[in-house]
Amino acid sequence: MPGHTRQAVDHFSDRRTIRLRVNSQEVERTVEVRKLLADFLREDLGLTATRLGCEHGVCGACALLFNGDSVRSCLLFAVQADGAEILTVEGLVQDGHMHPLQQAFWDNHALQCGFCTSGFLMTGYDLLQKNPHPTEEEVRHGLSGNLCRCTGYANIIKAVLAAAAAGTQSVKSR
Amino acid sequence: MRTVNVAAAHAQHANTFTQGAFGELPVKPSLFGYARPESVEDALSLLAQGDGATRVLAGGQSLVPLLNLRMAQVNALIDVNSLSELSFITREDGMLRVGALTRHRHLEVSETARLAQPLLSRAAAEIGHLAIRNRGTIGGSLVHADPAAEWPLVAVTLDAQLILRSAKNSRTFAARDFFLGPLTTAIGPDEMLCEIRFPMLAGRTLWGFQELCRRPGDFAIAAVACQIALDEDGLCARAALGVGGAHSTPLLISEVDKVLKGSQGEDAAIREAAEQAAAAVDPSSDLHGSAQYRRRLVNVLAARALKQAWSKR
Repeated sequence: MPGHTRQAVDHFSDRRTIRLRVNSQEVERTVEVRKLLADFLREDLGLTATRLGCEHGVCGACALLFNGDSVRSCLLFAVQADGAEILTVEGLVQDGHMHPLQQAFWDNHALQCGFCTSGFLMTGYDLLQKNPHPTEEEVRHGLSGNLCRCTGYANIIKAVLAAAAAGTQSVKSR
Repeated sequence: MRTVNVAAAHAQHANTFTQGAFGELPVKPSLFGYARPESVEDALSLLAQGDGATRVLAGGQSLVPLLNLRMAQVNALIDVNSLSELSFITREDGMLRVGALTRHRHLEVSETARLAQPLLSRAAAEIGHLAIRNRGTIGGSLVHADPAAEWPLVAVTLDAQLILRSAKNSRTFAARDFFLGPLTTAIGPDEMLCEIRFPMLAGRTLWGFQELCRRPGDFAIAAVACQIALDEDGLCARAALGVGGAHSTPLLISEVDKVLKGSQGEDAAIREAAEQAAAAVDPSSDLHGSAQYRRRLVNVLAARALKQAWSKR
C-alpha cells in the first residue's frame, strides 16, 4: 500500500525511514525513496543553503559533504543517506562566526548573486582538506566542476587560495 | 509483502507523464521501488526477481541524471552501496583485481593501483570532477558504457576480464567483447558486474594516456590509451592501443601491434601506428566535433600517447 513504511532491507519499498547526522545533529524522517538528498535537506529540514541548479550533476551548486567527501546531492537519494554524516554550508558557521573559507569569500568579493556560493564553499572545503596547499592551477582544476554566472571566477579562486594561505581549519564534528 | 510488481504499477502510471505542460524537461525522478541489500547474494536474488526495468544503483553519477531527466525508465533500484565486499584493489596471481564498487577516487589515489598499473591512476584522475569521483564506481562506468568514458577504454586496452554474476551463475567476460554499442553491453538483465581483473604483464611495460576535451571533467572528444610490453632487448614485444570517444564503443586498434612489434619508438613507426588508429575508427559528428575532426584528433592523440609511453623507457 502506498506510504507504508518498510524496514526490511531485502524488499522493495517506496518510502523509508532514515536516520542520519546533518551538521552534527541527529535527524530522523520518513521519505519517499525517489526524493533527492538536496530536496530532502531543503524541504524536509529547511536547510536551503544547498542549491539546485541543473539537477543532473554538471553545475556543482548542490555540493555538500557526505561522509567527509564532496558529492553532488542532486545525484543522491535521501534514502541513501541513512546512517550518513552530512555537512552543508549551514554547518560551516562556528559559534556565530563565518568559517575561514566563508570569510575569505567575503574578503575577496567572491560572490555576487550568491547562488553558486554554497556549492563553491563545499567544493573548496573538500579541495582544501585533501590538498591544504594547492597551487593556483590546482585550485582552478579543483573548482572546475562548479559553474558561476556572475563573477567570472577570478575572485573565487583568489578566495580559495587566500583561505589555504590562512591555514583553513577543518570543521570538526561537535 | 511488497514486491517489485507493486512498484512497477506505480511506475507505469507515473512514467506516462514525461513532459510538463509547457514542454519543459522534468527534473525529478518518477516513482520506483528501492531496496538496499546487505549482501551480494541478496542483491543477485533481487535482480533475478526483476522484470528488465530493475537497475543496479552504484555511484549513481550516470544513472541518476538519467532518472532525474526521465531519460531512463526504471521500476526498481537495487542500491548496492552497502556491498563493501565489492570495493577492493588487490594484487594477486599476476592480476590487479578491482571490485566493481571501487570509487574512481579510490583508484586515483591507490598506491597499489599506481604501482601495478599506473595507467589506471592516470585515467581515474581524468574522470569528471572530484565530487563525481568520490561516488562514481568503475563497475558503474563499465556497465553504463559511454563510448567516451575512461574505464571502458582502459579495460579494452588492457584486456581486462569482467566477472559477471547472477543468482545462478558466474561468468568471465573479456572487456574486448563486452561493449556492443553506445550504452550497450553484453551484461544480462539478471547479472551484476562484481569484479574487474587487469592482467599484469611480466617484464617492463610502458604506458600512455591522452585525452582531449574542452573543459576539465568533460567527456573526451577523443582519448587514446596504450600499453607497450618490452622484451629483454628493450624492443616492443607487444603493443595495445585503444581509442575512446571516436567510435560507437572503445576500440582496440589491432594493427598497432603489428606495426610496432620490434620497434623502439621510432618516429616512422609511431606515425604509421597513429595513421592506422585514425583509419580504424568510425567517429560520429556532434556539437563537440565533426567526424573528420575526431579522426584527425585520433591520429594526433595516438602519436602523443605512443611518444609519451616511450619517453618513460
